[in-house]
Amino acid sequence: MSSPRLDREIAIATALEILPPDAMVIAANGHMGRALFRVADRPGAFYMIGSMGLASSIGLGIALAAPERRIAIFDGDGNVLMNLGSLATIGVKRPRHFLHLCFDNETYASTGGQRTISSGVSLERVAEAAGYGYAARADDAAAIRRAVSLALEANGPSFVLMKVAGGGLPPGTPRIPFSPPEMTRRSRERLLPER
Amino acid sequence: MSASGDDFVTRLTAHGFDFFAGVPCSLLGAVHRALESRTDLIYVESTREDEAVGQASGAFLAGRKPVVLMQNSGLGNSLNALASLTIPYEHALLLVITWRGFEGKDAPEHIVMGDAMTRILDSLPVPWQVYDPLAFDRQLDQVDRHFAERCPSALLVHKGLLELEA
Repeated sequence: MSSPRLDREIAIATALEILPPDAMVIAANGHMGRALFRVADRPGAFYMIGSMGLASSIGLGIALAAPERRIAIFDGDGNVLMNLGSLATIGVKRPRHFLHLCFDNETYASTGGQRTISSGVSLERVAEAAGYGYAARADDAAAIRRAVSLALEANGPSFVLMKVAGGGLPPGTPRIPFSPPEMTRRSRERLLPER
Repeated sequence: MSASGDDFVTRLTAHGFDFFAGVPCSLLGAVHRALESRTDLIYVESTREDEAVGQASGAFLAGRKPVVLMQNSGLGNSLNALASLTIPYEHALLLVITWRGFEGKDAPEHIVMGDAMTRILDSLPVPWQVYDPLAFDRQLDQVDRHFAERCPSALLVHKGLLELEA
């Protein structure tokens, strides 16, 4: 019998331990963004509340427009599956400081816990084949620290897949408390501080 | 009236547009060729039109003035991105959309969207103009007014208006 899956909030907190404070965070919609917000709200973090699949595309747009910025995508398996093409675009454009984290609970948690098909496809190997310079799977806290550290040193896009436990958000987890225009203002202030 | 692809792109860059993403249509072949070779702008060959809208959002957050290019078949692919990202988050964006199926004259796969496109844009809403090469600068001034309001807008390009084809 395999060991129990890592709690998603522990995986998020562990990744954030290693992620430099200047990283620009983009979070996928649904429980992914809400779980991240509950753990820590990085300044100017962009929380996508709809447009499922597009967190990595938003991140790529920022990376190409501001190549000196470190980008960190907090993505989910359903989101990545919905926009697999994005892995190819990212692999080909090769943004230098682009960390793509996939918290894979094999579930569409936000719609009631239906399963995704991620148990049948190694998304990290898809990312590697698409041209990501570094792609790894990390299923415990120590492995996450190692993988994220190595990913940050890679000179090109990196993908770290973490299998995490299913189940919904802890009771009382709030929705993202910012309106979409407020989030745009926050993120633009972060990215364009001189304006 | 003919206009080269490079001239079309130059008119856009002169208005400050500096980030281009999209999926090609033959009606804009010369524009895509120009984008491939220009070094004064960012160009992404997206795998899908909604991906391009997402990339444009990222570019907008980072202070760029983005253009998304697509055939009108791609408008269908982009609807959720426009409806749940671009519009609610107030990300300005210029959509250059080719009008396949214009006046009901085209291959069968283009007829439905050729007829429905302007009603779909009106329903979001996304304001649109039909590209006029003789009034391009004035049309881009109108696009700039939408940008100031943090609003996406579209330029519709149909066959016969100009020679930007592959």
